[in-house]
Amino acid sequence: MPGNPQLDANGELQHLLSIEGLPRELILKILDTAESFAGVTERDIKKVPLLRGKSVFNLFFEGSTRTRTTFEIAAKRLSADVINLNVAVSSTAKGESLLDTVANLSAMQADIFVVRHGSSGAAHLVARHVKPHEHVINAGDGRHAHPTQGLLDLYTIRHYKKDFSGLTVAIVGDVLHSRVARSLIHGLTTLGAPEVRVIGPQTLIPAGAAALGVRVFHSMREGLRGADVVVMLRLQNERMTGALLPSAQEFNKHYGLTAEKLALAKPDAIVMHPGPMNRGVEIDSAVADGPRSVILPQVTFGIAVRMAVMSMVAGGG
Amino acid sequence: MKLLVKGGRVVDPASGRDAVGDVFIADGKIAAAPGTPDRTLDAKGLVVAPGLVDLAARLREPGYEHKATLESEMDAAVAGGVTSLACPPDTDPPLDEPGLVDMLRRRAKALSRARVYPVGALTVKLAGRQLTEMAELAEAGCAAFSQGNAAVEDTQVLWRALQYAATFGLPVWLRPEDAWLARGGVAHDGEVATRLGLAGIPAFAETIALAAIFELVRATGARVHLCRISSAAGVALLRRAKHDGLPITCDVGIHHVHLSDMDLGYFDAQCRLEPPLRSQRDREALAAGLADGTIDCAVSDHAPVDEDAKHLPFAEAEPGATGLELLLPLTLKWGMERKLTLAQTLARISSAPARILGAASGRLEPGAPGDLVLFDPQASWRVTPEALKSQGKNSPFLGMELAGRVRATVVAGQVVYEA
Repeated sequence: MPGNPQLDANGELQHLLSIEGLPRELILKILDTAESFAGVTERDIKKVPLLRGKSVFNLFFEGSTRTRTTFEIAAKRLSADVINLNVAVSSTAKGESLLDTVANLSAMQADIFVVRHGSSGAAHLVARHVKPHEHVINAGDGRHAHPTQGLLDLYTIRHYKKDFSGLTVAIVGDVLHSRVARSLIHGLTTLGAPEVRVIGPQTLIPAGAAALGVRVFHSMREGLRGADVVVMLRLQNERMTGALLPSAQEFNKHYGLTAEKLALAKPDAIVMHPGPMNRGVEIDSAVADGPRSVILPQVTFGIAVRMAVMSMVAGGG
Repeated sequence: MKLLVKGGRVVDPASGRDAVGDVFIADGKIAAAPGTPDRTLDAKGLVVAPGLVDLAARLREPGYEHKATLESEMDAAVAGGVTSLACPPDTDPPLDEPGLVDMLRRRAKALSRARVYPVGALTVKLAGRQLTEMAELAEAGCAAFSQGNAAVEDTQVLWRALQYAATFGLPVWLRPEDAWLARGGVAHDGEVATRLGLAGIPAFAETIALAAIFELVRATGARVHLCRISSAAGVALLRRAKHDGLPITCDVGIHHVHLSDMDLGYFDAQCRLEPPLRSQRDREALAAGLADGTIDCAVSDHAPVDEDAKHLPFAEAEPGATGLELLLPLTLKWGMERKLTLAQTLARISSAPARILGAASGRLEPGAPGDLVLFDPQASWRVTPEALKSQGKNSPFLGMELAGRVRATVVAGQVVYEA
């Protein structure tokens, strides 16, 4: 197996493709850097010149509003030029391949490619084919990874819980299809969270999940007991009925987060969700908008985390 | 034309003979008494063995000439020491009409390199609904009938197909995989697929299909050969079925004897194969099953794929690996690892598959076809795009050194390849 493709010869971040394989120190450095940027986002003039003159291409082969927007804001606050390409409706519709699209943009002098693609491994493929001065940030590839989301989740947890050494984190719902869950699990196990749980029906928990270092629960009540952090995953509409689940209602009854179920977690437990939420399916409004919810701060932290990642890959040391 | 192959280490897996000596070929067949040769090949320091027999090599004609042509792949075959090959029906159009089979055989014969045994389609367009005219196709030269990698989802059709084939005594080659369970999957359903976020194909997609096939063989008496077994549980089921006396044979892809899902690394599309590479435990069971005879033979499962079709995210990349030129070195490597004799090792890619194919080749006794491979088992070479004659440069072994170089290949007494 080749070496870690996201680190350069000095062990610095060349690309951000996955949290898996990032050393603990590097993850902490990203979180610390993000913390230093959090101040910037609260100032009147929300700009630093770290990426002045650099071009960031947002390459979204799959629809997204929130992630693309926060990447755009983060890049602009670093003074970069941002080009948004909604590739889902442009070149690929004309049959252009992923690598051809990247090669064409590369000819337009890109520094950072922010790539979202529906197929696992797409960001790795792009990273293998870009020029040495170009950097790839994975903004979500299939079911595989969504590392900036994972990092902002880690940032959020650290912000509210200070440290990971005593934490029980419960991740609930469609783990099978979730790149958010995979990224967060790798981050939590690397940072030493002692108990990471995944909760869901057998149809939504992947084979060999325990090998990721998690405890598998099929009962939400058991899984939530004593949790410090509850992370609800989005259930895609197309998965609500069929062979994986009979109905959104039955899913909500057993795995939806209600105030009553949340009471089983620790009294100071926080509730997270990567968005967009399906209210009344995986999470009730009373919880989503309640005092334990940190769902909106997650979005704010996401900007600082993405600034940190972009400045670290392309900020010139 | 009389050919004398002189002074080589003659290995005949069928008889177990392994001694320095000469092989004489007259009128295209192995001959007992040496006469005056028209040509002499010096085989000093080389192994002289029956030409290899490969039960699964895609030549991509008709229909997929951008991936490979008959010329390029027949060159690859003889460069790999393969003198007989069976080609699956998964061309475009599929080999479901006698005219197509006839044309393929003529084209192959005109190239006068390896012998080509077309495998006819079991169902029209490989769609799994209507039976092909198997008797006609057999007359046109089909050695067996298969679906390639396509499924017969409807088990009633499979049952009828086996009954019909059995009526005419025609062999059916099936890849055991439940199409519903495999649907959408691209990797072994285990830890690696979970980590990489790839849709999985569980091992029981294979064992469930095997159980169904075994029952249908019992019911119909069809001659079934199983293709590309991939799991430890599958090997165990197969062992039990053979022990019970079921008349079945089985092959394994040579890549699966050496690689596991760990080799996917960071989404290496060269390791996207059908069936998927499974766990290390599965790989070990396949290597052991091939050694103890549960699995009868190894095949290249040669599938040339153009570069563009591999330069895609893993799940979108076209499955398959080039194999004709790797079959010998990879089988030698397996034999060394299992501490088998050279005769035992070579049996898996010559005498055993020849028996399944019903061909007289794969042995060196007088009267057998004059097909030989001369190779240096120690000489190593690096697998590079330039080193491969096949138009398909897609291999998980690119960049690796492998031992076993073919120096000459002989088909019916004609030297068709020399290096």
